[in-house]
Amino acid sequence: MANRITLNMITQRSIEEGVAMEKGKTTPEYFEACSIIEMHDDDVKALGLVPNQLVRVTSECGSVIVKTVRGRQSLYPGLAFIPQGVWANQVVPPRTQATGEPQYSGFPVTVEPVNSERRKSALELVQGAVGMWRGDQ
Amino acid sequence: MPKKVENVGCPYCGVCCDDLVVTVSDDGKKILEVENACAIGNQIFHHATGGERIRLPRLRQPDGTYKDISYEEAVDYAAKVLYNAKKPLIYGFGSTNCEGMAAAAKVAEKAGAVLDNCASICHGSSFLAIFDNGYPSCTLGETKNRADVIVYWGANPAHAHPRHMSRYSIFPRGFFTGKGHKSRKIIVIDPRHTDTAQMADIYLQVKQGHDYELFDAFRAVVRGHEIPDQVAGIKREQIVEVAEILKKARFGTIFYGMGLCHSDGRNHNVDIAISLTRDLNDFTKWTIMAMRGHYNITGPGAVWSWQYGYPYCLDLTKRDIAHMNPGETSSVDLAMRDEVDAFFNVGTDAGAHFPIDAVKHLRKHPWITVDPNINMASEISDLHIPVGIVGVEVPGIVYRMDNVPIQYRKVIDPPEGVISDEELFERIHQRLCELEAEETAKEGAKAAPEGVRAGSEP
Ligand code: SF4
Repeated sequence: MANRITLNMITQRSIEEGVAMEKGKTTPEYFEACSIIEMHDDDVKALGLVPNQLVRVTSECGSVIVKTVRGRQSLYPGLAFIPQGVWANQVVPPRTQATGEPQYSGFPVTVEPVNSERRKSALELVQGAVGMWRGDQ
Repeated sequence: MPKKVENVGCPYCGVCCDDLVVTVSDDGKKILEVENACAIGNQIFHHATGGERIRLPRLRQPDGTYKDISYEEAVDYAAKVLYNAKKPLIYGFGSTNCEGMAAAAKVAEKAGAVLDNCASICHGSSFLAIFDNGYPSCTLGETKNRADVIVYWGANPAHAHPRHMSRYSIFPRGFFTGKGHKSRKIIVIDPRHTDTAQMADIYLQVKQGHDYELFDAFRAVVRGHEIPDQVAGIKREQIVEVAEILKKARFGTIFYGMGLCHSDGRNHNVDIAISLTRDLNDFTKWTIMAMRGHYNITGPGAVWSWQYGYPYCLDLTKRDIAHMNPGETSSVDLAMRDEVDAFFNVGTDAGAHFPIDAVKHLRKHPWITVDPNINMASEISDLHIPVGIVGVEVPGIVYRMDNVPIQYRKVIDPPEGVISDEELFERIHQRLCELEAEETAKEGAKAAPEGVRAGSEP
């Protein structure tokens, strides 16, 4: 069993994200729709993950804690998916290949299980990143 | 008695469904029911009157909290931020009408700003490819009435454009496609086996980031050349089989999405998709269409191209002399190079949708959010100005993903006192003119630049 594996990350829209976003990005629905990761079963096994286990995803520009879920879509081994949104954008590289468009799809990340950490809320992540987080309000 | 409003347009995705029926309460204040919309469209209408709305602009205080201020104070604050900035960036417009976009462009020109829209992080690559290679496209109506082969490439409409398949591509019975789904072949090409792929007759699981090679292989086969045993994870036999289907179609449409624009290669992936479409037109009729995301994200491209000649990434720092150069004048690149000193987030949420590094850079400077709702951008702003929700509370023109303009209507009034984007930007423009006049009165008119102007006497 590996402690950590490297996967190719893609981030795109999901309908759950779309519905929750319109309800509000501070709602529990948005939190549950977006702070998740999907992988192929082989990769889940390689990391020895149990369903709903939290993992740390780290890219060249940051890291984020998300929950492992089994989605309706299927990916091939080596590919990982976080729905578009606040959690994905903690790790999306801002490089644009001179087009303006960040590298939302196809960037290397490492994935490792964590035990004593928690998923942060959208507000904590975004306000925290710019020094405006004042704790749970 | 509750009132039913028919033929209402949905202000969420680029499908721009205009067949919604919305039931409004007696007093015209509450939305009771929404018919025909998908889950997301439903949510937008119910959210408008269901939850707490922000009714006044909110200004950040030294202790980090927000304080309500009047629209007049907000307009003054916003105009002064723009006036004092050397190079402000006005970005967003995913959820605004064309009237609001035109008014915002007036503000950008007056302020010498960079004006950009969400295409910058979405279908901007499509614009670049279309400039280079043309756009053999059609309307969604033509696809519905004529197409017998549909390709979804790097697009997942089941999640991002939920009624696209039922209204226009897979299921509807059209003029020449009376058998609906039965008479159509559906091909889905995507690294993920998505809910859209479930609908496919043929699904090709292309290796992520290798779309260009697969397009190239299709082009080679269509032109009668040999290809290797496997390309981008797909076996030669499958590529040959699909190429034959494409050639034998009566009318086909390739719908493509972010899988092409967000992956390595960006505009080059779209470029070769267009080239394949052109090649196929040697055999039969093929068309291609970008699955534009928001309901009116096609709008700023149309409006600003008409005003300035460019659809996005417009540098208006020289006022009416516009230039556009993605990579240089694109929002995320400008942010990462710290080249802008004020940020206007309009009808979008850069706080949630930009890579966090870009957010950090932009937040070093004044940040103003114009949006009906609380979102991540509003929660890190200096000033949040609420506006009415287009399509629900504010009418206006929107452009569907196939560049067809549609007049949206309103079904209820905005919360009392809340103004539209258009009015807000008109008022900011007015205030900018006043600030300029005040300065001119103080200093005297700025001297005309030296040099010989075109048309002047030598
Ligand atoms: S498909 Fe798009 S436009 Fe149509 S109802 Fe759903 S979200 Fe609205």
